[in-house]
Amino acid sequence: MTQQFYVSPEQLMKDRADFARKGIARGRSVIVLSCREGIALVAENPSVSLHKVGEIYDRIAFAAVGKYNEFESLRQAGVRYADVRGYSYNRGDVTARGLASVYAQSLGAVFTADTKPFEVELAVVEVGGTPAEDHLYRLTFDGSIADEKGFVVMGGQTESLNEALRRSWQDGMDFPEVIRAAVGALSGDGAGEAGESGARKLGPELLEIAVLDRDPLSSRGSRRAFRRLSAAEVAAVLGTQEE
Amino acid sequence: MPAGGPGSVFSQIAHSATASFSEYLARTAPELLPGARSAALGGLQAPAAGGPGSAVPQVPHATTIVAMAFAGGVLMAGDRRATMGNVIASRHIEKVFPADQYSVLGIAGTAGLALDVTRLFQVELEHYEKIEGTLLSLEGKANRLGAMIQGNLALALQGLAVVPLFAGYDTDRRAGRLFSYDVTGGRYEELEHHSVGSGAFFARGALKKLWKPNLDEDAAVRVAVEALYDAADDDSATGGPDVVRQLWPVVYTVNAAGVRRIPDRELAAAAETVIASRTVAGREA
Repeated sequence: MTQQFYVSPEQLMKDRADFARKGIARGRSVIVLSCREGIALVAENPSVSLHKVGEIYDRIAFAAVGKYNEFESLRQAGVRYADVRGYSYNRGDVTARGLASVYAQSLGAVFTADTKPFEVELAVVEVGGTPAEDHLYRLTFDGSIADEKGFVVMGGQTESLNEALRRSWQDGMDFPEVIRAAVGALSGDGAGEAGESGARKLGPELLEIAVLDRDPLSSRGSRRAFRRLSAAEVAAVLGTQEE
Repeated sequence: MPAGGPGSVFSQIAHSATASFSEYLARTAPELLPGARSAALGGLQAPAAGGPGSAVPQVPHATTIVAMAFAGGVLMAGDRRATMGNVIASRHIEKVFPADQYSVLGIAGTAGLALDVTRLFQVELEHYEKIEGTLLSLEGKANRLGAMIQGNLALALQGLAVVPLFAGYDTDRRAGRLFSYDVTGGRYEELEHHSVGSGAFFARGALKKLWKPNLDEDAAVRVAVEALYDAADDDSATGGPDVVRQLWPVVYTVNAAGVRRIPDRELAAAAETVIASRTVAGREA
């Protein structure tokens, strides 16, 4: 019979948290920003088909960093949860708060009970009628849930990105402005200004950008607020930055 | 552990990773499926046809839908009446719905079930799009609808049939296409035009004379309104244009730009043209 070594619960949780944190910090960042026109989701992602941001429901979107297979299964579960709920009740009854709490519970259960915690960090966001009614929930690997205001930064060098965005982000901005602010933060690694020494150049081919329109019914005749920006649209938004 | 084969990790994961909303519902919450009520209604002793006097309770029935091809797309139109035996159950029911960005769905038959099937089908298409990240092909959509109608077969045999008509723009072939169904879920591609519901025979007769290849959109709308007018003329379960209440048929077109609902003022103009020309002609039949 093998002897089980005693490990204190504190140590066990700390080890698991360190393990998950390391996995998440290795990845590239995702930024979600609320603004006058809606919510923009900006990810540094060289792949055009393996998405980091996705549509969940009419006014709800999902963004994630970490291991692709883990957050993709969580995203699909979220789509199923939202569609079943909307189908059995009504489309208006699907809320980001409900979804975020289900995510928090499942992440928490996996963190404490499973062999390995999920190495992911998620944002569940819902666009409201006004910027004050936007909901941005950040969910971490251990099931913690935070209700953020303004913007959420996940993965990579979160400290410096937060710092850069705190300088450049304002709540009255429109989509091109917040997207440029986010891309500036991502490429400048905190320096903020593009073209500065040490700043990387992030072209449209390295970016995955989607938006939640605040009023999709009048602008596009659709109740689905989620819209992915094509590489050409991203180039158009970023191109004006040089002028 | 073998990589493929039933019972392997791969097949378990592939099985649970369905992109179909109705399959997922069938597995996790079968009571939410429209067909699930067949169990509840199973005790009903229904004769072969659910006509008057059958044990199936009288429920609203949706009536005539017409659809046709026009230059660059397809059009679908439905009247606004639902009947329950000899009573008008609704004067403004809508029976044509956008299924997604590039397809529309019209329903005839038991209204309650048909509306449920429509709702499920809309979620099915959106669900696939969100899970897979791409739109389902038009053939794929038509097949999924067939499977749903087949799921309703038990109820159809008790007299609660749902008969849809499906039209969409095929983005691969760059053409509008039209599909009809029978109660067993059989799917048939229709060319030129088609109609379903109690007034379908009369509408079809009208379409045979009025429809021409390569109609433009406005002309197609006028043809649809006139075909429904003829159906309403001879079928008591089909509602004609209601000038008193300002109720017009529901008409959707689908082309490369997507689904468009024809606004009421265009339909009012088309209906008034038909009424005026019939008044001038002053003929009996």
